Amino acid sequence: MELFDNLAIGFQVAFSLQNLFYAFAGVLLGTLIGVLPGIGPVPTIAMLLPITYTLPPVAALIMLAGIYYGAQYGGSTTAILVNLPGESSSVVTCIDGHQMARQGRAGTALSIAAIGSFIAGCFATLMVAAFAPPLSEMALKFGPAEYFSLMVLGLIAAVVLASGSLIKAIAMIVLGLMLGIIGTDVNSGLQRYSFGIPELSDGIGFVAVAMGVFGFAEIIINLQQTEKREVFTKNVTGLWLKWKDFKEAFPAIVRGTGIGSILGILPGGGALLSAFASYTIEKKIAKDPSRFGKGAIQGVAGPESANNAGAQASFIPLLTLGIPPNAVMALMVGAMTIHSIQPGPQVMTNNPQLFWGLIVSMWLGNFMLVVLNLPMIGLWIKLLQVPYRLLYPAILLFSCIGVYSIQNNVFDVLMTALFGLLGWIFVKLECEPAPLLLGFILGPMMEENLRRALLLSRGDPTVFLTRPLSAVMLGMAVLLLAIIVAPSISKKREEAFQEL
Amino acid sequence: MIRIRHPKDFWAGVLFIAFGLTAFGIALNYPWGTASRMGPGYFPRVLGMILAALGIVLLLRGLKISGQRIVWGSAKPVVIVLGTVVVFGLIVAKLGLVASTLILVILSSTASDEFRWKEAVISSLILAAFVVAAFVYGLKLQLPALPEFLS
Repeated sequence: MELFDNLAIGFQVAFSLQNLFYAFAGVLLGTLIGVLPGIGPVPTIAMLLPITYTLPPVAALIMLAGIYYGAQYGGSTTAILVNLPGESSSVVTCIDGHQMARQGRAGTALSIAAIGSFIAGCFATLMVAAFAPPLSEMALKFGPAEYFSLMVLGLIAAVVLASGSLIKAIAMIVLGLMLGIIGTDVNSGLQRYSFGIPELSDGIGFVAVAMGVFGFAEIIINLQQTEKREVFTKNVTGLWLKWKDFKEAFPAIVRGTGIGSILGILPGGGALLSAFASYTIEKKIAKDPSRFGKGAIQGVAGPESANNAGAQASFIPLLTLGIPPNAVMALMVGAMTIHSIQPGPQVMTNNPQLFWGLIVSMWLGNFMLVVLNLPMIGLWIKLLQVPYRLLYPAILLFSCIGVYSIQNNVFDVLMTALFGLLGWIFVKLECEPAPLLLGFILGPMMEENLRRALLLSRGDPTVFLTRPLSAVMLGMAVLLLAIIVAPSISKKREEAFQEL
Repeated sequence: MIRIRHPKDFWAGVLFIAFGLTAFGIALNYPWGTASRMGPGYFPRVLGMILAALGIVLLLRGLKISGQRIVWGSAKPVVIVLGTVVVFGLIVAKLGLVASTLILVILSSTASDEFRWKEAVISSLILAAFVVAAFVYGLKLQLPALPEFLS
């Protein structure tokens, strides 16, 4: 079995003492930052990214994957104990998780979230390992026209599956694409939109964009809200699950894993959509649906498994096609580029150690979350009790040091402040920031593929429609848009996102 | 009489139109290229037009459909948080990490309604010690701990 040979390579890489250490450090730091209220995985990763710069590429990616899982798990902890979703996909966890905490079953909720995530993680890792090679092989046959159309499809799908206004989301993508263009044009050497500022000739740093739009804007919004938060930290006992609880939750975990693995491959809402879908299904098939919203364990187990499986599966498009399906993966692209790895189908063939090492470390990261993090829950709870007025200056400080240390550059820090302002305005105008980051990362790639496609076709723009694969992908993008714009469906979509 | 019914859509539209047109205008200085050799002005011009068009749709929608008004909230956190970041960026290389940390933490703490002097000072001292230990000695970042004139 080739799959097992490949996984064996991965185990060798991931289980070296050095990489084990970095996986552990990543999970630990990721949870540490992710558990802070109001910080989702994107700012967490952006903040911790500089730490990984000096590491060898494999270790850096393993640590980043660890940070990601840690941040996600930290987010669930905050959702359950503070009723504050760190990211959109834990909105669902808040509903029943927080109710469980109010009833003194916080420990049970936290354990089932971790165990569900672990089971989902194991399965999704296997799936990534199984699906990645054939998809990579297919992607290697793609020409520039196919790549361009694939990116269009990916971006459209990403906004269709997310909540919120469709026009605004598409506009945010386009704005992101334009921000991505800033800097020196690789073909002509022309400086575009750099306004004579030398620091802009390399383009805007993706960390500055991510940190400003996601991190700083969030801090300002939190400070503007004056309502008090309730933290349920008493009675967090009984982390050991009762057999009865586990038996109740297990079917939900299996269903959640399945839903997440399938939906997660889709671009965009991977984790978010999976969590929503799982919750709806659990509620529909429950014997007593009225228990949902009042602390039903299935309402925590299902969505938590689903969002973890979805999060894991979203590595598939990144690793095989080089296309980030969501904001977190966009950051991963940036991180890989810093280590001069161009994400895409060639990674698997050119750098199997890195590829399989990363995949195995995903499983490892999930394992460490359960084994090492659950016993440390007391520490995370202590962290949650620190009032926000003491937390945010520290967050701001680490963010500033992180951004500055990327290039020892004052300009990057100032850019982050600018994007913080922009991000805050976007929140006020209800424009989602995730599509902006996706567009920003894909901008240069998209332009390059468009240019090459037109060069190969000698300037014939119909090439995107005459090449069958490309035409199919563009057709799917148009179809998606048409479906979502259709009045009956757009109404349903709104309802689906509002039901919770 | 034109009335803005949906301020969030309307102003988002204005913002996108502004960005789109500015980008388009600047891109007019970049060569368009030929059909088979797309120049550096091609992509930005197309994107600028799309963005402005989407902005117009949003703007018109903001006049037609009604929606909630924008709650901007207090300006204090916006100014203080972002101002602090700018100050930190400008001083960190010259004054070193210790002084910059003290300034950043105390200054940014004033953005909270529950600001307390004593608490902020203590917290800034603890963080300064931690940051120097972690970043200067631990991760060996290229950041001086002390001001230029002392080292």
